[in-house]
Amino acid sequence: MLLEIEKLSVQFKTESGNLLALRDVSFSLEAGEILGVVGESGSGKSVSNLALMGLLPDIAVINTKKVLFQNHPLDLNSQKQLSQLRGKSIAMIFQDPMTALNPSLTVGYQMLETLQTHLGLSKKAAKMKAISLLERVGILSAEQRLKVYPFELSGGMAQRVMIAMSISCNPKLLIADEPTTALDVTIQKQILDLLIDLQREKKMSMIFVSHDLALVKKYSQRIQVMYAGEIIETGPTDQVIKNPHHPYTFGLLKARPSAHAGKTKEHLYAIPGTVPSLRARPSGCQFHPRCNRSTEVCKKTNPSVSSLQPSPLQTSFSCHHPLESL
Amino acid sequence: MNLLSVKNLNKSYVTKKLMGKNEERKVLSNVQFELGENKILGIVGESGCGKSTLAKVLTRLEDFQSGEITLCGQNLREIPQKNLTHLVQMVFQDPYQSLNPRKMAWEIIADPIMVVEKTPRPQAKIQALAMMAKVGLLPELSERYPHQFSGGQRQRIGIARALMLKPKILILDEPVSALDVSIQAQVLNLLLDLQKEFGLSMIFISHDLSVVKHISDETLVLYFGEVVEHGPSENVFKNPQHAYTKTLLESAP
Ligand SMILES: Nc1ncnc2c1ncn2[C@@H]1O[C@H](COP(=O)(O)OP(=O)(O)OP(=O)(O)O)[C@@H](O)[C@H]1O
Ligand SMILES: Nc1ncnc2c1ncn2[C@@H]1O[C@H](COP(=O)(O)OP(=O)(O)OP(=O)(O)O)[C@@H](O)[C@H]1O
Ligand code: SF4
Ligand SMILES: [Mg+2]
Ligand SMILES: [Mg+2]
Repeated sequence: MLLEIEKLSVQFKTESGNLLALRDVSFSLEAGEILGVVGESGSGKSVSNLALMGLLPDIAVINTKKVLFQNHPLDLNSQKQLSQLRGKSIAMIFQDPMTALNPSLTVGYQMLETLQTHLGLSKKAAKMKAISLLERVGILSAEQRLKVYPFELSGGMAQRVMIAMSISCNPKLLIADEPTTALDVTIQKQILDLLIDLQREKKMSMIFVSHDLALVKKYSQRIQVMYAGEIIETGPTDQVIKNPHHPYTFGLLKARPSAHAGKTKEHLYAIPGTVPSLRARPSGCQFHPRCNRSTEVCKKTNPSVSSLQPSPLQTSFSCHHPLESL
Repeated sequence: MNLLSVKNLNKSYVTKKLMGKNEERKVLSNVQFELGENKILGIVGESGCGKSTLAKVLTRLEDFQSGEITLCGQNLREIPQKNLTHLVQMVFQDPYQSLNPRKMAWEIIADPIMVVEKTPRPQAKIQALAMMAKVGLLPELSERYPHQFSGGQRQRIGIARALMLKPKILILDEPVSALDVSIQAQVLNLLLDLQKEFGLSMIFISHDLSVVKHISDETLVLYFGEVVEHGPSENVFKNPQHAYTKTLLESAP
């Protein structure tokens, strides 16, 4: 096991009150595994990753029962521990590469700096390495590209540069948080195919975050569905897709039209209502105001995570009235 | 008769450079298509291919260099502004930026009829409330301000406002791109209902193939400002002819 997280909660203390962004989130990640994380905007996908990277702002209060990284205890409140892992053992790619790159420095300067500080390479060795990394991520005439500024790159190109930088220290875990949301579909496919190639080649584990279930389905081995800061269903990708147990997962799957199948101009299955405010959470199951299976017990008690069979190869979900197995 | 016909449309942006030189950038080349009554035409293509520019030309927010655009049998350039607003209305991508933050929901929705038709406020409010009901917004939300609504609700406000003058054509530029899947489905269903109820025609712009396939009767693929494929959606998606359309479809998850 590369990573094990037990009961991670994150609360933001803001001027307009407290907000519980993550509530008792537990998950684990095998070495070499791709975990897909889906959920609507605000469901807590990024917060859990930022907690792992030690990049949450000071107003965030982090609580955990247990965190193990490479079988060693990890304190998510210790900047010292986290900064030793960040960029080296754990690397992250963000949605918008342009904001992650410094606009006033050349691509080369930024890459060399990372390589020199993290790997202790000489300037010359760092340059050689940077060129080979850029070539690896499919950037042509890499040596010339070192001299350009981020704004001279297209979105897809900038994301390739980010990927090259993120893999430069051979991380054990690569977190890709909506890495292609800002890109065209054709570029998106190229970038994701590249990421998967690299993941296999370097035997990294990957957390792949997206609000697009179709993407996660295609690129992950295991899926984790988040709603209002909780994991509501998780399991092997094909099982969750074929046989969702939680009504929200079912709704997400049905709500999205497909470019390849299905009739046109028919009503889509739409989940009514909107996500709850995390400042004023509903009682009981967080999904109950939108759920067509909701009963009295759902309004009163938050269902605990149950699993069909207690094994990581099986689906687990938190629902009082799950959909039956097919 | 077709509601809208576009023939040989060419559009360039001309930007002034230093030294008094002008730089011309061609964005639409010989674009040609027609839109029938009660039809939804989907337009797909990648970022920068000219989708929004086309929408702006059709609503006369941008002029064009050559070609002919006919709307309900009249030359687009010669239609008086007041009549034009009754023929075409546009819904913008960003439900956050396109609504006046200082106006209440009902005022935003009633704005077109108060301005164009000079409808008195009390009557305008009644009509706005009726339209809110049609797009699935509860009347008690009418006095809230834009920031108090969710993304999907704001998009409903934008759609309600665009429908107030009962236009023949609704142009929607990436209307669901900023929305979560569950909300996206709500808005797509609403658009299909409104098409039936009002007998509307729509031009639905999106970079998302699955959404265009779902909602449109016909699909048009733009590539670097040119129409590379256009036909009934079923055919385009089942049996794409142009290499670019094929690449697009293969890339879609
Ligand atoms: N710095 C912060 N201060 C206060 N609240 C925050 C902060 N960062 C995140 N939140 C809140 O935490 C919740 C979870 O946010 P998070 O960014 O993890 O969502 P997400 O699932 O990544 O959404 P998206 O798909 O929009 O990226 C949201 O309600 C958000 O408003
Ligand atoms: N006002 C303008 N002046 C100069 N060039 C412009 C202007 N507006 C757009 N362009 C350019 O015209 C081209 C087409 O832009 P347009 O906004 O129509 O693309 P689009 O297909 O809507 O893209 P997106 O999917 O990113 O919204 C782009 O290259 C853009 O940079
Ligand atoms: S616990 Fe109840 S309300 Fe929650 S998802 Fe299950 S059935 Fe719906
Ligand atoms: Mg996020
Ligand atoms: Mg556009």
